[in-house]
Formats: sequence, structure tokens, C-alpha cells
Amino acid sequence: MRRFALIAVPYAWLLALFLVPFIIVFKISLSDLALAIPPYTPTMRDGIGDMFAAFDFENFVFLTEDDLYWRAYLSSLRIALVSTFVTLLVGYPIAYGMAKAPDEWRATLMMLVILPFWTSFLIRVYAWMGILSNEGLLNQFLLWLGLINEPLVILNTNIAVYIGIVYTYLPFMILPIYAALDRLDESLNEAAEDLGCSRMQAFWLVTIPLSKNGIIAGSFLVFIPALGEFVIPSLLGGSGTLMIGKILWEEFFNNRDWPVASAVAVVLLLILVIPIVLFQRNQQKQAEAEQ
Amino acid sequence: MKRMSWFNVTSLTLGFAFLYLPMIILVIYSFNASKLVTVWAGFSTRWYGELIQNEAFLDAAWVTIKVAVMSSTLATVLGTMAAYVLVRGGRFLGRTLFSGMIYAPLVMPEVITGLSLLLLFIGIGLDRGVLTIVLAHTTFSMCYVSVVVSSRLVTFDRSLEEAALDLGCSGWDAFRLVTLPIIAPAVISGWLLAFTLSLDDLVIASFTSGPSATTLPIKIFSAVRLGVSPEINALSTIMIAIVAIGVITASLVTKRNAIRAEADTRAAERAQA
Repeated sequence: MRRFALIAVPYAWLLALFLVPFIIVFKISLSDLALAIPPYTPTMRDGIGDMFAAFDFENFVFLTEDDLYWRAYLSSLRIALVSTFVTLLVGYPIAYGMAKAPDEWRATLMMLVILPFWTSFLIRVYAWMGILSNEGLLNQFLLWLGLINEPLVILNTNIAVYIGIVYTYLPFMILPIYAALDRLDESLNEAAEDLGCSRMQAFWLVTIPLSKNGIIAGSFLVFIPALGEFVIPSLLGGSGTLMIGKILWEEFFNNRDWPVASAVAVVLLLILVIPIVLFQRNQQKQAEAEQ
Repeated sequence: MKRMSWFNVTSLTLGFAFLYLPMIILVIYSFNASKLVTVWAGFSTRWYGELIQNEAFLDAAWVTIKVAVMSSTLATVLGTMAAYVLVRGGRFLGRTLFSGMIYAPLVMPEVITGLSLLLLFIGIGLDRGVLTIVLAHTTFSMCYVSVVVSSRLVTFDRSLEEAALDLGCSGWDAFRLVTLPIIAPAVISGWLLAFTLSLDDLVIASFTSGPSATTLPIKIFSAVRLGVSPEINALSTIMIAIVAIGVITASLVTKRNAIRAEADTRAAERAQA
């Protein structure tokens, strides 16, 4: 009886507040926009049979016809891919440096990587607004150096979005790579060098392959949330920045088109299923390898 | 001591400069006397003064803290239960669905979680306010808590629990007297994680809040959409300071406990010898 309650309470909570809401989103994505409250039709009040009869894939067809959505999905994918790659390039040397640091520093370095994660995401994105604006500190600095003659326009462009994603998700990249590098046996590199590898070759042939799992885990941890990102494109991006999280928000709050917003959400979810399944599989493989 | 190559020193220095400079600049400019945020015009605490008198911000801060305390506490209870079920529950009907529902919210885009919960609340006719934000935050935070707690439960020596049961404890007593004290650090970090996630959340709160309940991130977001403001710099500085003090204290306490535990072990070894 007690065991039943232990299982039933969290189970029922997640069913009611996680699974059922998705079914509702899916249902509304099959409905039509209406000038009513709630602003879609049909509803349960029309009777279950009639409701199912009125369902159609019109909204999904609409998404393929209006090229705004296509471009938004593709541009989200591109932004997420590029920024994941840049985060890897920035994060790997940091994780490598941490793994090579003296033991007594490591706890402090680790804390310094985790600290930004506890700090408000919104504030970390906001911090860049003052740096990247036309009269911001970066432009002031570059003008003072004499590298540029007039301020660069960075804020409200895609470049600012890339910087924002790399900055906010960097700890997610560093931590798994550091965990992989930390476990690395140094004698393997020494063996490779003894057998005639150069330092660089040993790094590419031994260190990189052995930290592969960390690289994969870190990349997914950046790519998956970056794809549906809303805060960064809306604060740092401009009107030309197309990201699907922003489109969904605008469709819902500005256009009040719930059926289309729901269809946008369903398609985003379908796109995300692939990287999520791959990520889970990688994690499982890693867990099995450790045993 | 290992010597570090100049390459590693450089990458660490540049990396941490990149991580911390934006926040340091934000903190410095919160003490700027000028209303123009990018022009330094001398030291002043003027914006902190104006912030304290801004009732809209204070109200929002109060709502945020209320929501965070309620949702993180509820999430800790539910998340610990869920972790226990996942690690110790054995087989039951729909176990795969259950573990799927624990892990899925961790990777779900916030816009989708927010939208789906809002549509649910409207569907069942629940007025949007503090209650709906608490329900929403509890749902995604409990999954984080459950991941943290279950990673501790997996490494936990089960024979300790069995010994308690053999010695006549009821199942609940064994949990309360043996399991809970051992997993307590994980439960506490789960609570802290849930608390910060709730404090931090903008997207899900925007979808699930009504006009009666505005949280601090919603307030900050609508203010900074118009551009950088010195008052928000001051507010950010206060928030960064609280987090920094919290994290540094926590790591010092952990370090001291580790040293103490080591000293205890040594003393025990000496006593045996």
C-alpha cells in the first residue's frame, strides 16, 4: 500500500502536468483558429465525435507553405550547430588546462566553472547588452586601440546571438570534457611519445579519441537547449534573427494564434527527438563502459 | 607539483576572463553615477537607492521568493520520492514511461513546457497566478532533484538499510533513520538547485503567470528589452553577490568537512595502532 502511494504520487503528478499538457498541445495543433474563448475550434463542448471529425493537419500544411517557418527552423539549426562548434573550440582548451592544473587548484577551478551556472541566466545574457552595443565597452576599447574608426554593429545581429550562446552554455561544455580528461591516464601519452609520436600527434591520436565521450556529451548539452532558445535571440538578436523559440513566443503572445503556435511546438519537438535519443544512447553506452 | 605549460596557463586565463569579465563589468557599472550606462561618471550608490524605493521590483522579488520556496520544497519531496522509486522501486507497470517523464523535462525547450502548461491551465479553467507558477516550477524542478538524488542512491550501500530492517525498524523508520541522513547532502543540493532554477526562470513563468503575479525575471526582462538600465545593473549586482556568497560558503563548508573527516579517520587509525 505504502509502495503504491510512493509510486503513484510522483507518477500522477507527471502524468497530469507533463504528459497531459503535451496531448493538449497536439490536440490544439490539429484545431482551427477561432474568434472565441478559448481561441480555437473545435473544443470538447462540440462533442468528442465531432471534435475528432473536425481535426485536420491544416496548420502543419501552413507551416510548410509560409517560408518564414522553414527559414526559422533552418536558421535555428544553423545557429545551434555553429555555436555548439564554437563552444567546443573555446571550452576544450579550458577543460584541458583544468585537467593539467595542479591538484590543489582543481577544486577552486571547478567552483569557478560552476559559479556562473548558479548565477541568473537572464543577467548573464543582459551583461552582454552593455558590452556589445554601438557605444558599448567593446567598441570603446577597439576605437581607443585604433583598430576601427567607427563602431561595429554587433548587438541585435546574429553575431551577438552566437556570443551569447557560447558564453551562457560554456560550463555545460567544459564540465563533461573535464570529467573525461581527468580520468585520462597520462602514461598513455608518454607511451605514444616514446613510440615516436610528436606531442601534437599524441594529442590528436590519444587524448582527443579518449575524451570523445566528453566531447559528445558536452556538444549535446549545448546543442539541445540552444535550438529552442528564446531569451538570447530576443535580447541580443535583431529583427533579422530567426529562431524558432522566438517565433513560437510571438505566434502565441503577439498573434494569439494558438493552433499555429502549437503546431510550431510539435514540429520543434519532432526535430529534437533525434539529438535527444542520440544523447541518451551515448550516455547509456558510457555508463555501461564504466561498469 | 606539476609545472603547467604556458599554453595551459594562457587558455585558463583567457577562458576565465571570458567567463567573468562581463559580470565584473556589470558590477562595476552598477556604481556608475551617470544615467548613461556606458559612460563612467564617478562612483555612486544612487541606483541602489532608487532600486530600494521601486515598489514594483520589491513586490516582484517577494513573489519570486515565495514561488521559489514553495516550488523547490514541493519538488524536493516529489523528486526524492521519484528517485527512490526509480532506484529501489523494482519493476512496476509503466516504469519506462515514468523514467521517460523524469528525463524528458530536462531537455525540453522551455517555450514548449511553458506553452503546454498554459494550455492545460486554461483548459481546466485555473486562474493564472502564484499557484500556477508553483505547479509549473515544481514539475520541471522535481526532475532535476530526482536526477541528483538518484545518483546518490545508486552508490548507497543497501546493506545498511537491510541491517536496520533486520534489527526491527519498519520500512519508514529505516528510511527516516538510515537512508535519509545518508542521502541528505544530495537532497539539500537538489533543493538548492530547484530553488535557483525557480528564481531564474523567465520563459515558463511568463507563460504560466497572470497579471496578479509578476516574478522578478519577468520584470527584469520587460525592463531590459528597452535597453540597458542602471537600476537593473544594481539589481543584477545584488543577485550576483548573493549567489557568489552562497556558492563560496558551500564549497568552504564542504572542504572543512572533508578535512575533518580525514582527521577523524587518521585519529581512528592511530587509536587502533
